[in-house]
Amino acid sequence: MKSAVIVFPGSNCDRDMATALEQIGGTPPAMVWHGDHDLPDGLDLIALPGGFSYGDYLRSGAMAAQSPVMREVVRAATRGVKVLGVCNGFQILTEAGLLPGALMRNAGLKFVCRDVRLRVENAATAYSSGYAAGQEIRVPVAHHDGNYFADDALLERLEGNGQVVFRYLDNPNGSRHDIAGIINEAGNVLGMMPHPERLIEPIQGGTDGRPLFESVLATGR
Amino acid sequence: MSANATQITPQVVAEHGLTTEEYDVILQSLGREPNITELGIFSVMWSEHCSFKTSRVHLKKLPTQAPWVIQGPGENAGVIDIGDGDAAIFKMESHNHPSYIEPYQGAATGVGGILRDVFTMGARPVANMNALRFGAPDHPKMRHLISGVVAGIGGYGNCVGVPTVGGEVNFHPAYNGNILVNAMTVGLARTDKIFYSAAAGLGNPVVYVGSKTGRDGIHGATMASAEFTEDSEEKRPTVQVGDPFTEKLLIEACLELMASDAIVAIQDMGAAGLTSSSVEMASKGGVGLELDLDKVPCREEGMVPYEMMLSESQERMLMILKPGREAFAEAIFHKWGLDFAVIGTITDTGRLVLKFKGETAADIPLGPLGDNAPMYERPWVPTPKRAALPADQVAEPNDYGAALLRLIGSPDMASRRWIWEQYDHMVMADTIQRPGGDAAVVRVHGTSKALAISTDCTPRYCFADPVEGGKQAIAEVWRNITAVGARPLAVTDCMNFGNPQRPEIMGQFVGCIEGMAEACSALDFPVVSGNVSLYNETNGTGILPTPAIGGVGLLDDWDRMATIAFKAEGETVVLVGETLGHLGQSLYLREILGREDGPPPPVDLVAERRAGDLVRQQILGGGLSAVHDLSDGGLAGALVEMALAGKIGAVIEVPGDVEHPHAWLFGEDQGRYLVTTTEPLALLGAAQEAGVPAQVIGRTAGDRVVIGTLADVALADLELAHEEWLPGLMA
Repeated sequence: MKSAVIVFPGSNCDRDMATALEQIGGTPPAMVWHGDHDLPDGLDLIALPGGFSYGDYLRSGAMAAQSPVMREVVRAATRGVKVLGVCNGFQILTEAGLLPGALMRNAGLKFVCRDVRLRVENAATAYSSGYAAGQEIRVPVAHHDGNYFADDALLERLEGNGQVVFRYLDNPNGSRHDIAGIINEAGNVLGMMPHPERLIEPIQGGTDGRPLFESVLATGR
Repeated sequence: MSANATQITPQVVAEHGLTTEEYDVILQSLGREPNITELGIFSVMWSEHCSFKTSRVHLKKLPTQAPWVIQGPGENAGVIDIGDGDAAIFKMESHNHPSYIEPYQGAATGVGGILRDVFTMGARPVANMNALRFGAPDHPKMRHLISGVVAGIGGYGNCVGVPTVGGEVNFHPAYNGNILVNAMTVGLARTDKIFYSAAAGLGNPVVYVGSKTGRDGIHGATMASAEFTEDSEEKRPTVQVGDPFTEKLLIEACLELMASDAIVAIQDMGAAGLTSSSVEMASKGGVGLELDLDKVPCREEGMVPYEMMLSESQERMLMILKPGREAFAEAIFHKWGLDFAVIGTITDTGRLVLKFKGETAADIPLGPLGDNAPMYERPWVPTPKRAALPADQVAEPNDYGAALLRLIGSPDMASRRWIWEQYDHMVMADTIQRPGGDAAVVRVHGTSKALAISTDCTPRYCFADPVEGGKQAIAEVWRNITAVGARPLAVTDCMNFGNPQRPEIMGQFVGCIEGMAEACSALDFPVVSGNVSLYNETNGTGILPTPAIGGVGLLDDWDRMATIAFKAEGETVVLVGETLGHLGQSLYLREILGREDGPPPPVDLVAERRAGDLVRQQILGGGLSAVHDLSDGGLAGALVEMALAGKIGAVIEVPGDVEHPHAWLFGEDQGRYLVTTTEPLALLGAAQEAGVPAQVIGRTAGDRVVIGTLADVALADLELAHEEWLPGLMA
């Protein structure tokens, strides 16, 4: 399994993501600077970490989506390489057009950091096969702009295709249909607001984030 | 027009906060009249904030040494050795005045400033804490101030990606016109990669990095050294504006450069900006500096030397590089999109010389600027001791259950969840004890070690008796750190007081220092860094004396960490430490009876240490399942907090020999812990051997808190009372 974590100016969960990938997968990911024009060869997984890329100025994820390296990420995603976006990474994926919909300011208007309960809606993806369908898990969120919006037609399509992978049981941000994470139609690009990389050891308060990484690693290339 | 055209008149001198006597010393130091830039430099360097002119004589009394102290007060932050070549670097600082005027930016830049103090020494910041004091909750401005301060702390800390892991909040009308915002940062470095601020090396380049300089924050340090009046809001333009995104880039760029050997010295530009950083670096190194101000990156057109030297624009650092390493360093800063400018060189003149547009804008001998700085031994009177308040002079509650509910939902005890859920307290994925416990615990990444961090102070105790209050603040932080199983190592202090020119306020300051010094010595808990904030007054009314203490301790093995939550039903609840039933200055007295009376609980430092050492040893030996220190709300308060955290109730019996059950339950005697265990006999035996009173008082059970025949309250009701107060206030 060869993975890379993209580092944007203002990324701040890049090292957490790298730690999770290394602890669970055994090999450290390549850390790729946003200004680079090339990705390492033969990647199986590209992770876009959480944080405040470009200070969240303009719109969360909007500027990062225009970074030189993102053209390569889009190209790799089109080729079928797996791309995981967590929190700010999810925002970047929607801004880059790799995932549909948008993430707006939380309905409560405040930053929210707490554990939330999620239901695994689709356990048949490359990212969720380590969970059981319908399983309830607990993963932390930490964001200001996690309110997922899609119009009715898109929501119908997402639901119909099984593209909603994780759903909030106690919606912290006003997301439509309680959506916490979605996957693209091809099944290789996943975006989610909760942070699975923060819950991989019991001492962190639980290990419900671990199966996500184990799933990706199990599917390999 | 020349940059220094302003005439120096007595009025201009007074506007700079300098007394006639201080101005005379400036005339002697220079041997001539200063120009306006020079006057500005003297005024900020000799402000209370930068010169510690009132506090220095007294701060010297605090113990600062221990075998594990690498750097005590006097640097940007304190440094302690935590073994294996690792060091913890930390400091707490106030941003009170700006936060009252502009709560969001005031609090945000407070966080930014303290982060820089820590990473300038080579540490990666790993935890932020804060100690906040607000006025009466129903004061018309308070909701605005609370929401602004909390959003500002979160907005900055969340963006830079350093977890805000805990803190403390008090409410009291004494802070109505002068809230306190104290921010603390803890960082980690290697002991052989610590960076200091003393400039060295004749001819070495002086380098400016970070954000550009604007006109914001001019005279911030002077503002922080004067009392407030109604028109203080007009000072809003002196509040700095923060950009946490730039700070994040600055952290990464500095740490990247620090991995090399290019840096000789480095200091952040905090209060008094370019002035204090350049003067302090040169003075510490015993060298001179010549700066070419035309090279300072400016955000605005037409800035003059006076403005550049006094600006408190944020996210800037000053460095001395080794010769020839400029290009190497510049590449790193440009990669991170930050300004980089060589603005001067080190000289052997012992003078600070500023050039601007071909002219000399200032020429100050650094020796006199430092050596002649004013130092005052202001008159003080000790705070009169208060008469004892025996339990029989304090009414029992009519209804113990109702009192319990009221206490647990009172402003000083209610849940702070509304606040800490706005802080990212988990980023970096090493937070293993989240907010709500006795101390926050953060792992030393990739090791079995963890740091325990706590901030605390009980201002109502300090007001009633500064000496005992000062002792108590240190003892409680020590106890909080002990209660998670860590070995307390050192503290930083943030001394918030009123106008020191009033002898009774000065007496509070002197008293608190005396108590703190005594406790620090007795507990081997030295002060390694700190900050003094005086003149916390509005229209002549001072705040409660508030020596906020931030402590750091070490857990060698984080697997052994204790938490406050009850773990299982049927475990024995044991009260450790001596209970005398001290109700003076208790929360019970204030919240249930509406009285702020009597002396605060005395601190027996020998007993404190004995009880703490026993509890820590029992935690590390695996004998305890839950541990909580006793403070606000006494035994009853701690019991409810443990039950709520574990979602398990308890049945407690008041011992037969207790004369006053309300004093036993709500008294705030110090040096005590409430613990649970499955092996009570072993614990009682160990306690007896250690000479520490310990008593079985009940067991964990069910979903109610039952106290003999006095109270029987459902956990659900307690939880509602505890959780609903702050969201209700802020709704």
